Amino acid sequence: MTQAAVVLAAETNNPLIPHVYELVVGGFAFLLVFIVVGKILTPRIQKTLAERTEAIEGGIQKAENAQAEAQAVLQQYRDQLNEARQEAARLREEAREQGAQIKAELREEAQAEARRIVEAAHAQIEADKAQALAQLRSEIGRLSTDLAGRIVGESLEDDARQRRVVDRFLEELEGSGTAVR
Amino acid sequence: MTTLTLLAADGEFQAPGPEIFDFPPLYSGAPVWLTKPVILAVIGALIICVLAWTAFAKPKLVPRGIQNIGEYGYTFVRDQCARPFLGKDAERWMPLLLSLFLLILLWNFFGVIPVLQIPVNSHIAYPIIFAVTIYVIKIYLGIKHQGGIGYFKNMMFPPGLPKPVYVLMAPLELISNLVLAPFTHAVRLFANMFAGHLILAFFASVGFHFLFEQLTPLGAPLGLVGVVMTTIMTGFEIFIQFLQAFLFTMLAAMYIGGSLHADH
Repeated sequence: MTQAAVVLAAETNNPLIPHVYELVVGGFAFLLVFIVVGKILTPRIQKTLAERTEAIEGGIQKAENAQAEAQAVLQQYRDQLNEARQEAARLREEAREQGAQIKAELREEAQAEARRIVEAAHAQIEADKAQALAQLRSEIGRLSTDLAGRIVGESLEDDARQRRVVDRFLEELEGSGTAVR
Repeated sequence: MTTLTLLAADGEFQAPGPEIFDFPPLYSGAPVWLTKPVILAVIGALIICVLAWTAFAKPKLVPRGIQNIGEYGYTFVRDQCARPFLGKDAERWMPLLLSLFLLILLWNFFGVIPVLQIPVNSHIAYPIIFAVTIYVIKIYLGIKHQGGIGYFKNMMFPPGLPKPVYVLMAPLELISNLVLAPFTHAVRLFANMFAGHLILAFFASVGFHFLFEQLTPLGAPLGLVGVVMTTIMTGFEIFIQFLQAFLFTMLAAMYIGGSLHADH
């Protein structure tokens, strides 16, 4: 057994001594793998991985941006809604105020108008009265001279005639009075 | 040992030895270098190229199919080997480290693939190629980044030790870095694959011998143990094969990182 082992050991190569041809083959095999896998393919996958990282980061950034934008738009809409509400309230208030003002103005105007009409009426009455007085005054003067002339013309013969003259005069006076009015 | 001898005497069982790593030329009259491990080495390199090409030739932003697997391998090497030792230089050294890892891994896996059944790295020539490549890069980068004298000074006189210690420390560090490190780097991978293959071959031949060649009532249970152990050890070997590929790549990253930056 030991002899056989010794014989076998003598026949076999020392496993710690490399074959030269295997060194050559191993060197070329490694070189081939290094060129194809290392030099050609590894940069590609590195580039892809970097791009993927970038894409993911970009996607996250984009989503964040979109969210921020949505928030902004929502805020804007809320602001607008608020503004619109306030505007509506303001308008309502204004309308009410205006209504009240218009009412007050109208009332004042109406009062002024009434006052004006009343005043105009008063003035008219005053004028009429003054006119009537003036007319009456001239009339009375004329009538008086008339009457006096008549009385003088009749020569005042007797009382009866005198009385007739006065009565006639008064009747005329009444008749002209209605004609004047 | 006694039982082994007994069994051997009984049924002429011969445990497999280092001779199982010797392969004759593929056919009679073939050149001496045209052996199974050489063919497997070339095929392995081609498979890696083809697989990597299908995965990474036209990489998509949203990965599909084999690109997923490729990316998984890439990120594994990057996050577990490159980044811990190289930091921001990790991306720059990924081409070398990824090629190294993938090729070693597949060459190791050939040890458990039926019919192929020989880890390419159990022939020391291949680990030597890898280790020497890393060694040359390590020395070159060290001198380039730390200066000719600075590199050896940083290597032999790490700061923060009492002066007398350096008498012992300096030569040890020098030998450790320049001789032992590349040697163990290559031998660790080689020896693991060598021993693993030997163990698998041993249990497999036990099973084969006692269940097929020499089926006896006494030997049959032993043969069964051989089969069960072969199965278990195959699973274990897959783990070791992966672990060694990972470890080799990690050490490569560590050596490169140590040369780029003195403080380690």
